[in-house]
Amino acid sequence: MDLLVQQISSGLANGAIYASVALALVMIYTATEHINFAQGEMAMFSCYVAWQLIDWGMPYWVAFVLAIAISFMGGVAIERVILRRFHNAPALSLIIVFIGLLVIFNSMAGWIWSFIIKEFPSPFRDLSTGTTLVGPHDLGVVAVTLVILTALFLFFRFTPLGLAMRAAAQNPVSARLVGVRVGWMLALGWGLAASVGAVAGMMVAPIVFLDPNMMAGILLYGFASALLGGITNPGGAVLGGFILGVLENLVGTYIIGNDLKLTVALVIVVSVLIFRPSGLFGKVRVKRV
Amino acid sequence: MAALLEVKGLQAYYGQTQALHDVSFELVEGGITTLLGANGAGKTTTLRAVCGMVRTGGDVLIDGKRINGIATEEVVRMGVAHVPEGRGTFVNLTVEENLKLGSFVQRDKSRVGRDLDLVFNYFPRLKERLQQQAGTLSGGEQQMLAIARALMLGPRLMLLDEPSFGLAPLVVQEIFRIMRRINEEEKVSMLLVEQNAALALNLADHAYVLETGNVVMSGPASVVKDDEGIRRSYLGY
Repeated sequence: MDLLVQQISSGLANGAIYASVALALVMIYTATEHINFAQGEMAMFSCYVAWQLIDWGMPYWVAFVLAIAISFMGGVAIERVILRRFHNAPALSLIIVFIGLLVIFNSMAGWIWSFIIKEFPSPFRDLSTGTTLVGPHDLGVVAVTLVILTALFLFFRFTPLGLAMRAAAQNPVSARLVGVRVGWMLALGWGLAASVGAVAGMMVAPIVFLDPNMMAGILLYGFASALLGGITNPGGAVLGGFILGVLENLVGTYIIGNDLKLTVALVIVVSVLIFRPSGLFGKVRVKRV
Repeated sequence: MAALLEVKGLQAYYGQTQALHDVSFELVEGGITTLLGANGAGKTTTLRAVCGMVRTGGDVLIDGKRINGIATEEVVRMGVAHVPEGRGTFVNLTVEENLKLGSFVQRDKSRVGRDLDLVFNYFPRLKERLQQQAGTLSGGEQQMLAIARALMLGPRLMLLDEPSFGLAPLVVQEIFRIMRRINEEEKVSMLLVEQNAALALNLADHAYVLETGNVVMSGPASVVKDDEGIRRSYLGY
């Protein structure tokens, strides 16, 4: 029984991280129909920025907030400088652009901070005690994620800027006709996605340790979560993240063993695409041709 | 009266295809001008050209200032409200959110509440539907919402693209009555594109007839309406 509770609680903590990554992917997807393959590497880079700030002697939470702000500006800059040139490009060119970004961020992190694995602190003491059922870091991760998700929800639901961003994503032509600067809304979306990704990265880094490839697996879980919940539905993607986190732990512990955990994500990706391409909560889209 | 909108020798292109060749017309402050013509004559394209949605040549002047090449979202800030073909409603947002978006560029936020009251005065039905998703409204209500949203901008000029499209005759009459009131009471100038020429000529004070991207006839609406030659050749009724 204890094992079950432990697995579920750590599953929820992992799920919170997958949920954040999934949300970052969905935010960009709903606005542009692009899957940002570089989302994970961007988050990894944000982590290194936070690590550097902490290494320079900043308190954890100051570095945390600063890293989010820097990631936001980075996201905006990437959209404005690079992606805006590819708005009407064919899907294949875009994939290449995203893979390019992925490689650039990965190599840049290695070049600046070296490929040697580093420790990343957790603000929630302490990780080593395995005595309690629910680890403090797990609790902290879930709490931080819920705060961020709630803040985002309130922003999109109740502020004029949030409304303008939703309008720009749904119907860019009409959004322009009411004076919304659609290009900047996309850039803001990138900024927010980068920030959410940064949070996910900083939450997972104490567990997986800091290295340029740390997000590869996490991004895969993020995709699986977004697909499971519905790539067009932010709420669904978040829920998908939590479901996947718990499911992965339970299946890993009781059925297939921890070594094969990543397969769970892949199996979900493939089954969702085969049996329910719109995900559990996504809208079925009908395109007239 | 000065021309609020003046269009001279307007050309417009979709990629390599030229859709407008030589379109010139004027709209005086407070007036209603209608563009008539068959399908494919270039009416919708003309409206799109005015608010920077297509590549243009020639001149589009507002208050004598050339606005070609200015981005749509900036033209909107000059007080030009476009009610597009197919209404351009944000179908997944509520009626209230659609209206709020209409006042997105309104700097003076204290005006928004007043503008909402104004809109409800013209379209009381929207007030009952405030929390409903815009996509669930009837066609007539969606057209009303589109005009209401344009009104929330506090516009000087409204570009209306076939407000009668797909609606029952009674609903069309109601909407045209409201448009006349908006023109008279709010002093909003209107550029109206219509297939239903009889309807448009009753509302407008000036008419221009378009054919394959050129203006072929023009004059006061009352004259065009009574000219049997124009009616038979171009308006088909």
